[in-house]
Amino acid sequence: MSKIANAFENGTAFIGFLTAGDPTIDKTVEYILAMEEAGCDLIEIGIPFSDPMAEGVVIQDANVRALKHNTTTDDVFDIVSRVRQKTDIPLVFLTYINPVFFYGYEKFFKRCAELGIDGIISPDLPFEEKGEIVDIARKNDVDVISLIAPTSSERIKMIASDASGFIYVVSSLGVTGMRAEIKTDLNAILSDIREVTDLPLAVGFGINTPEQASDISKIADGVIVGSAIVKIIEEHGEDATEALKEYVSSMKNACLE
Amino acid sequence: MSKGRYGEYGGQYISETLMNELIYLEEQYNHYMNDPEFVDELNTLLKEYAGRPSLLYYAKRMTEDLGGAKIYLKREDLNHTGAHKINNVLGQVLLAKKMGKTRVIAETGAGQHGVATATAAALLDMECEVFMGEVDTKRQALNVYRMELLGAKVHSVKSGTKTLKDAVNDAFRDWIARVHDTNYVIGSTMGPHPFPMIVRDFQAVISAEARQQFLDKEGKLPNAVIACVGGGSNAMGAFYNFIDDEEVKLIGCEAGGKGVDTPYNAAALTNGKIGIFHGMKSIFSQGDYGQIAPVYSVSAGLDYPGVGPEHAYLRDIGRAQYVPITDEEAVDAFEYLSKMEGIIPAIESAHAVAHAMKIAPEMDKDEIIMICLSGRGDKDVRSIAEYRGVDLNE
Repeated sequence: MSKIANAFENGTAFIGFLTAGDPTIDKTVEYILAMEEAGCDLIEIGIPFSDPMAEGVVIQDANVRALKHNTTTDDVFDIVSRVRQKTDIPLVFLTYINPVFFYGYEKFFKRCAELGIDGIISPDLPFEEKGEIVDIARKNDVDVISLIAPTSSERIKMIASDASGFIYVVSSLGVTGMRAEIKTDLNAILSDIREVTDLPLAVGFGINTPEQASDISKIADGVIVGSAIVKIIEEHGEDATEALKEYVSSMKNACLE
Repeated sequence: MSKGRYGEYGGQYISETLMNELIYLEEQYNHYMNDPEFVDELNTLLKEYAGRPSLLYYAKRMTEDLGGAKIYLKREDLNHTGAHKINNVLGQVLLAKKMGKTRVIAETGAGQHGVATATAAALLDMECEVFMGEVDTKRQALNVYRMELLGAKVHSVKSGTKTLKDAVNDAFRDWIARVHDTNYVIGSTMGPHPFPMIVRDFQAVISAEARQQFLDKEGKLPNAVIACVGGGSNAMGAFYNFIDDEEVKLIGCEAGGKGVDTPYNAAALTNGKIGIFHGMKSIFSQGDYGQIAPVYSVSAGLDYPGVGPEHAYLRDIGRAQYVPITDEEAVDAFEYLSKMEGIIPAIESAHAVAHAMKIAPEMDKDEIIMICLSGRGDKDVRSIAEYRGVDLNE
């Protein structure tokens, strides 16, 4: 069993994302621990990729910064190993599938199991291609997190009934990035999903303010924030700890309102 | 396993947000390709607007000069807009229109696919936006203006390596935000299923015509068909109807750049490894840890770090062979064909010409080579002058 369920035991979960190696490997370790301390219930660690097709500009730039000093998949495992000496917080990787494929599925997931990685989210691995990793991941107690989008409609049942860990509900069309408002009818999507699964449902894409987090927390089990956190890291570089703590704490409080 | 497989290659490795749209696109494609009215409308456009069938031209001087196999050029450069790209674009934009879309987007490297898409969009009264790497907008400034003239909006892509692969990334990023009114008109036999199939089918007109033209002119099929390969659309089109004719050798020419033993090339099938990128499992140039490698070629149209999945499959089963051609060889061939036949080829197509120049002298005089002359070279004149150190502004 992965530890993902633990993340949803403390009210609406706040899930934070950052890109590994941005701005440095040491700082990523520090920022993960700071985010946990400030109230993050689960942390998504992005494995940097040369061509993050599903990302908006903010996270694209973080990938560029991380790759500029050659952050490798082994470096990312090193970050996890250092974090794991301090905390049991549920951790999932957010990664495009090619770095995983290149590393070798067996080797990658064996390493995940050794280090206590709880899940993997791959934006370019839809339901039809899950077979690439699902058996190997399961064998290593890593949940393959399914994404459901505003366009999923009749696919929801198929995806949700085969999901594990939690379900990542994509709030809006388009790539990741901060949005002033979420226009999708999330209520309808969430209730469709709940008809087929009891898994926790976390909503992401576009969320950045406490007001949005508070609204989403009333209908979902988790709130996912990426770009807003990465933006703080972009602005503060190696001195982002306090700003991150302040932001995460305000967002977690909003989730509990 | 998912749909759209060529052996282990292909598939649909793409955001969930796009999956229903891809399924819908495939349904609509299958529907319209079985609709005689649509097929008739498309064939009329290909004939009356694009100028098909394209000529199969016997290159007599080149043949005599090389002293071996008879060389024929399949003149895709004579199509409206000057390249094979229009074949695919007329099909895809017409399909988009029938599907009720009002907007098309495209990526472009050399600019030929962007120009073709802008052209079809103007003809069929669709909104058009083209994504082009910033580096390529400079190499091919004339094509940028040409697209604008045709009413398209050109986005200069500043992410990543600022070339073709980044233009594809940004086109997908745009599409994912506007699936409801937009079709992504992919320019090559790449991307998630059904794109490699759709583009191949629309380009297969090249080999369908050529096969019949050879039977009419020579009473037999060619011994070898040679085409350049970036993503691989003109090659797939030139190969497709010869695949079952096992005596016809199929040869794809990749961009060898400054040499396949240097970091400056785009020869994925020579140097690359299997991977998953841009929606497909195929062969990609990649660095340690699966980061997609920056690629280089004198030719903006071959400057892509991967190859369409069907090419990877044809290579694996031994049906097609892929060879790298260096910048220098391609530029030599560009000049050679210009002087020898009075035909200035696209620098992309010159890669295929270069390989023909290597193998023709070794072949018998009763053997035949077809070169797919995928485009014309007017767009390349400035960059070839630069390559040769000629300053056109003096």
